[in-house]
Amino acid sequence: MVDHAGALADRVWQRYDRRERLTRYAVLLVTLMVVVWAVRDIDIFWPWVWDAPNQISSLGARMWPPDPRGLGQILNAMVETVHIATLATLLTIFVALPVSYIAAQNTTPNRACLWLGRFILVSSRSVNTIIWALLFVAIFGPGVLAGILAIMFRSIGFIGKLMGEAIEEIDRHPVEAMEATGASKLKVIAYAVVPQVMPAFFAIVILRWDINIRESTVLGLVGAGGIGVLLQGAIDTFAWPTVATILIAIVALVLLGEAITSLLRRKVM
Amino acid sequence: MTRHKREEIAPRTWRKPPFIANPWLRYGLWLVLVVYLVWAFGSLPFNWARIGEGLPRAARIFGGGFPPSFERGALMLTGFKESFQIAILATLLGVMLSIPFAVMAARNVAPLPVYLFGRAVIIISRSFHPVIVAILFVAAVGFGPLAGILTLTLYSIGFVGKLLAEEIEEIDWGQVEAMRATGAGYLATLFYAVFPQILPRQIGLSMYQLDSNLRASAVVGIVGAGGIGGTLMNAFGRYDYDFAFAILLIIIAVILVSEGISGWVRKKIW
Repeated sequence: MVDHAGALADRVWQRYDRRERLTRYAVLLVTLMVVVWAVRDIDIFWPWVWDAPNQISSLGARMWPPDPRGLGQILNAMVETVHIATLATLLTIFVALPVSYIAAQNTTPNRACLWLGRFILVSSRSVNTIIWALLFVAIFGPGVLAGILAIMFRSIGFIGKLMGEAIEEIDRHPVEAMEATGASKLKVIAYAVVPQVMPAFFAIVILRWDINIRESTVLGLVGAGGIGVLLQGAIDTFAWPTVATILIAIVALVLLGEAITSLLRRKVM
Repeated sequence: MTRHKREEIAPRTWRKPPFIANPWLRYGLWLVLVVYLVWAFGSLPFNWARIGEGLPRAARIFGGGFPPSFERGALMLTGFKESFQIAILATLLGVMLSIPFAVMAARNVAPLPVYLFGRAVIIISRSFHPVIVAILFVAAVGFGPLAGILTLTLYSIGFVGKLLAEEIEEIDWGQVEAMRATGAGYLATLFYAVFPQILPRQIGLSMYQLDSNLRASAVVGIVGAGGIGGTLMNAFGRYDYDFAFAILLIIIAVILVSEGISGWVRKKIW
């Protein structure tokens, strides 16, 4: 019998085989090259980078202590921000549900509708809320309407896409049963589709409302209403203590929104 | 066994059970909704005169925007290059920094005071929209990509740090115990028992974050933090709508491609 023990003892355990190792090194090398290129090519004045910690801490020092004057005005703007987020979420539902219906493969009437639905969802999702706001401020002028429309146009893609996925995952049998009784298309939707996607619908709308609260805090920076208008004004006039108050108010609002959504989620589900 | 007479059964019709069983709650919620809508629409300041001018303006904007003009391609290229660089550097920094913060914010590996500090950092960096952070960094360190990198680094720390901390809290504790039984110190336990368990997830998250930073880098430019957003804002400000629409189209295309690549890589890894 041949003695394998010597050959076996020399073997070294390695986690990856040669091909895997080469791929890993290649990925690392490419990443490194991209990073080196980015660092060398980017248009940054390096002395400022080393000075940045000083600048940031000096800005922080100028903000302290927060200025409580104008708190009433800030609270009013906060309420406006919440209104923008809530109204936009409510209005979005009416647009997003039909879109999700035609963008779901199992309910869409025909292929043209399917692609139309997908086109609406993709274009809505790829344009950021702020860019939508920029466009609507140019059209309707500065104010809350531009903000509501901007949030709506971004949310349609979000709610529409997730609802479309929820519709695609429904159980087909209730639909077939309804169709077998000769029910009309509307009745099939109302009694076989809607009850199945109801829980997903509430979860998605609540999630989007939470996101919209965050997004609506920045709309004002391009003039579309809400707390952002005050923030921009305070920054432009170098009123840093007021900026600090607004920032604290925003954190409080976002945390409150998160608390409400988790409460609602537990109630609904 | 009771038998109903035919007359008693016939008039019954089936009605869909209501979604909320309690009628008081059901109608109460509708009432709340109506009151809220009246209050919200009543208190919001709509400038109807200005809104009325909207349609002709929209016609002018879209008329000026079509066909999109790619004439100043060089300017656009510079903007996109800067956005890419911001996204790459911010992802790298953010992902690396998110690891210590994630360890701090994981209840099972950090002592309570450290845990509270880590959680606070993550909560605060997640509460602020990147655009607000960007405007503050622009005020602190000046216009340009540096403010963009700092903003998106903070944004990445918040997002990746939170998910990674949750991942650390769910690791298989047996490996940590095995390491401790050999007498390994705290750092050795982290490196050999905790990190190998979260690494695959971390790579997936990094790819996701790169995609998400690329999207965000198009936006932070609007407040002066460098990248294509600044070019877009300038084009809008100069009523240069055909150039602005060209930039928008390319942004959409880049985002779709980057979403595709990031999704493909994540599928490969998991």
